[in-house]
Amino acid sequence: MSFITRGFSGRSRDRDPRLPPGQTLVDDWPVLSAGATPRIDTEEWSFRIVDETGAKHEWNWDELLALGVEDLTLDIHCVTHWTKLDMPWRGVSLDKLFEDVESQHDYVMAHSYGGYTTNLALEDLLDGKAWIATEADGEPLSPEHGGPARLLVPHLYFWKSAKWIRGLVMQPRDDPGFWEQNGYHLHGDPWLEERYW
Amino acid sequence: MRVADRLAAHRTGWHVGEVVAAAMETPLSRRIELEVPTWPGNEAGAHLDIRLTAPDGYQASRAYSLASSGPGTHVTLVVDRMEYGEVSPFLVDELAVGDRIELHGPLGAFFIWRPPMTGTAPAAPMPVQLIGAGSGVVPLFAMVDAHAHAGDATEFRLLYSVRDPEHVFFRAELEAAARDCPGPLRLDLLYTRQGPEGWPAPIGRITRERLAELAIPPADDPTIFLCGPTPFVEMVAMWLVELGHAPERIRAERFGGAA
Repeated sequence: MSFITRGFSGRSRDRDPRLPPGQTLVDDWPVLSAGATPRIDTEEWSFRIVDETGAKHEWNWDELLALGVEDLTLDIHCVTHWTKLDMPWRGVSLDKLFEDVESQHDYVMAHSYGGYTTNLALEDLLDGKAWIATEADGEPLSPEHGGPARLLVPHLYFWKSAKWIRGLVMQPRDDPGFWEQNGYHLHGDPWLEERYW
Repeated sequence: MRVADRLAAHRTGWHVGEVVAAAMETPLSRRIELEVPTWPGNEAGAHLDIRLTAPDGYQASRAYSLASSGPGTHVTLVVDRMEYGEVSPFLVDELAVGDRIELHGPLGAFFIWRPPMTGTAPAAPMPVQLIGAGSGVVPLFAMVDAHAHAGDATEFRLLYSVRDPEHVFFRAELEAAARDCPGPLRLDLLYTRQGPEGWPAPIGRITRERLAELAIPPADDPTIFLCGPTPFVEMVAMWLVELGHAPERIRAERFGGAA
């Protein structure tokens, strides 16, 4: 149904093929959050995965880092239409965190300090697709960007990369998290423009 | 709004809007009125995406807060001109009455204020503190306007940080709402660079002390809607929590990068 907007020419003619549809390249790093920014010290921080039996796999800050931190270069895409390309990140692969987890469930609810939640399918988290990120742009993650640690799932819109990550709870169905209950898509693939339901 | 209208307001889709009026709101921003025949109405605080298409198929999309709310098909935006922007200079300088643009919305179900239901036994109304900086006042104005039209008794305060008098958005409507509105509204303007002649309050950026003095106190448990540039929102949200407001009572929208 698109039509030409009278008088609009746009700025950039050579569109980077790494930009998904409807996205615009930014150099700065905008912040998208729904409320106040929680401030959590790494001394108090912990991360857990809870399975359907209620069993917890838990790591404190040092235990997380001891699993091995990877250097990454990634593109990130926000549902509010901005994309950052070639961004340096450091984080621990979720494959390592899930090594000893047994579950029949195919979905997780990610929970954050401050109460934010987002739903994800296990297949979007494993096989080198997702990390617990601790650094970006060569610096420890700042609180407004989700520090000390956030989920990093770069192939989905960035609201799925939950800030201030605290844990993952296995769930049998793809029940919606916070933004998903408030109008965002259950899955959020930027290449399919899965922005809203 | 009737329940059916409220539900309809959640129905997001693509629409075509025609510009029916446009005028500079301030030296850097323009108020754009659109008639959108298929618009399902929207709640106060919602936003939409605008998509522009160039002759060669190139497209650019941006999100804008709505200054209007309710069940009608009339949609109001106020767009700030970003100096190096791609879409906002087009909307402010080029878009003309009679032009049509593509819209997607309404969007957002969290940064939303709904008038208390009428005809039911009301719970004690939650006071509402709105805090905005610059063009961040747009969705807050939609809430002020919805509150004024609902004529409900909820206590409303708007704390609006703006550089100087000529950059105030919705000046006439805000002053009228504060003066005549059946629902109570207190308007606190905080000028950061220059105030009007003889302005009694200090000029300058918001401080924790000013915030404590002007905002509804934590003991009254206000719902707080906070919108502005990221550094402003980050700082004010942190102070609100330090002053004793519960983090879950603060709803925020940010624009731009972190400082």
